[in-house]
Amino acid sequence: MNITEKILARASGKTSLSPDDVVFVNVDKVMVHDVSGPGVIAVFEKLKKKGMKIEKLWDSSKVWVAEDHFVPSVDQVSAQNIVLLSDFTKQFGINKHFKYGMGQYGICHTLSHEEAMVLPGEVYVGGDSHTNTTGALGAFAAGLGHTDIAYVLLNGKIWFKVPETLYFKLNGKLPNHVMAKDFILKIIGDIGTDGAAYKTMQFGGDGILEMSIEERLTLTNMTTEAGAKSGIIEPDQKTSDYLAVRGATKYDEVHSDANAQYEKIFEYEASELEPIVAKPFSPENIAEARDLSTTALDKAYIGSCTGAKYEDLQAVARILKGRQVKIRTEVLPAAISIFRKAMEEGLIKIFMDAGAVVGPPTCGACCGAHMGVLAKDEVCISTTNRNFPGRMGHVESKTYLASPLVVAASAVTGKITDPRDLK
Amino acid sequence: MKGDVIKYQRDNIDTDVIIPGPYLKIHDYNELAKHAMEGLDKDFHSKVKEGDFIVAGRNFGCGSSREHAPIALAYSGIKAVLALSFARIFYRNAVDGAFLLPIEIDESTYNSISNEDSVEIDTEKNEIKNLTKNQTYAMKPFSELIGKIIAAGGLFNYKP
Repeated sequence: MNITEKILARASGKTSLSPDDVVFVNVDKVMVHDVSGPGVIAVFEKLKKKGMKIEKLWDSSKVWVAEDHFVPSVDQVSAQNIVLLSDFTKQFGINKHFKYGMGQYGICHTLSHEEAMVLPGEVYVGGDSHTNTTGALGAFAAGLGHTDIAYVLLNGKIWFKVPETLYFKLNGKLPNHVMAKDFILKIIGDIGTDGAAYKTMQFGGDGILEMSIEERLTLTNMTTEAGAKSGIIEPDQKTSDYLAVRGATKYDEVHSDANAQYEKIFEYEASELEPIVAKPFSPENIAEARDLSTTALDKAYIGSCTGAKYEDLQAVARILKGRQVKIRTEVLPAAISIFRKAMEEGLIKIFMDAGAVVGPPTCGACCGAHMGVLAKDEVCISTTNRNFPGRMGHVESKTYLASPLVVAASAVTGKITDPRDLK
Repeated sequence: MKGDVIKYQRDNIDTDVIIPGPYLKIHDYNELAKHAMEGLDKDFHSKVKEGDFIVAGRNFGCGSSREHAPIALAYSGIKAVLALSFARIFYRNAVDGAFLLPIEIDESTYNSISNEDSVEIDTEKNEIKNLTKNQTYAMKPFSELIGKIIAAGGLFNYKP
């Protein structure tokens, strides 16, 4: 069995599983945020009206909560949702609630690894599609809707069809101007936005072993954009080092068997990869950054679970140091811990000296909800994950997706720019 | 189950156009319905009727896990979406929450059904009748578990 099949087998009490088997698996960790939390509460209310008694969760110690989509509160409705969420965690005794304005908080997927909320070998479900992100730590991580999360909160288990696995092998170390974002955009361009639908995307090879945990997280994060159920990377020394720093040393790692089966193996040479940009209106609509060098921009956005981890900010700082931005540029670190580190290491000063605005962690602009949405016809280059019509604002605005290096280089020139071409 | 078709001849109808991001803060299902399909079809809310079906191409409901998407469609009156394929979270949200039926159809059925056709869906015979054109098509049967959850009326009513 491969790592995904082994994790699901262990969690469902089976000795062996194959793709297409349907099983109820025991869940180790559950996450809700300020959109899916109130969604789950609405499901609970509906169930209560039908006569169900809901007095406690299956195990509130396995549940954690983030405030990320509508913080800072946009209006009275979103402010009320935060109150609802706080009442919910209080009522059910959930202690892990990362609250906006009270120390560490941030985007749920970023907290999942920054705070070591999820560990190798675990089954983790979250009320958000980018839950896949956390698979980079060697866990089975998948996004679910409100009804499914409500079911998990009450029963501790949920059904999954065992996915086929597509294996993406990276040979060699990425060149300096290429990031994991370029690699995953290239893959999505190759297989399409439903190229991994219902499947798992596993990444391996010496190029992945070379890659830092944060870069690996960019890969698994965007498996969602290929339609994947989950993304996963086998844990190694880098994984355990990353988790040890965060106080997590006890877990039960799972690795693929030597004879593990994969539906298909794709191989990529790191040295052949180029800076890639996904054009509107789909992550699969890719081009080389150099081929878009005449595309004029209104805004550069550095934010989200995909592109505002510490190393993403470091990449941006490498470019912005000593330079000025030519277009509206926003940097929103994905968690307070990252914001703090960026401040202590002088990155925030570099961003501000370059003329960029630095803001608090939020999903706001990435999903077009608030904190910097796009006007009609505005063009944005962004380190985020989606560029559907209206995703970041007006339905006739345009978003190009790119790596932090490309976004920063483009901020400096005002046009889409390969970092190698920056003077 | 009988209804009229609203057809979108396109693939990858994503959750951001089914229910745009700014409405994610709303959890009043009838309020969400007012904004269904707003990112793609501003007239959807005025033309949709109780019992209608949506027909669309590949990868319907791709993108976010927002259950708002099947909810907004269901509370607009949509009873089923007939598509070439579905994104996984939309599919399981539609079934587990018992909001609407996600029905997979083949390319020729997709091409045969036109906007405003009246169709009848029979999930026991796995058949779709086009009453306007007097044609009958096959639908892909639900898998065993999905069929059981639908029959139970959603995941919470299903006993494993």
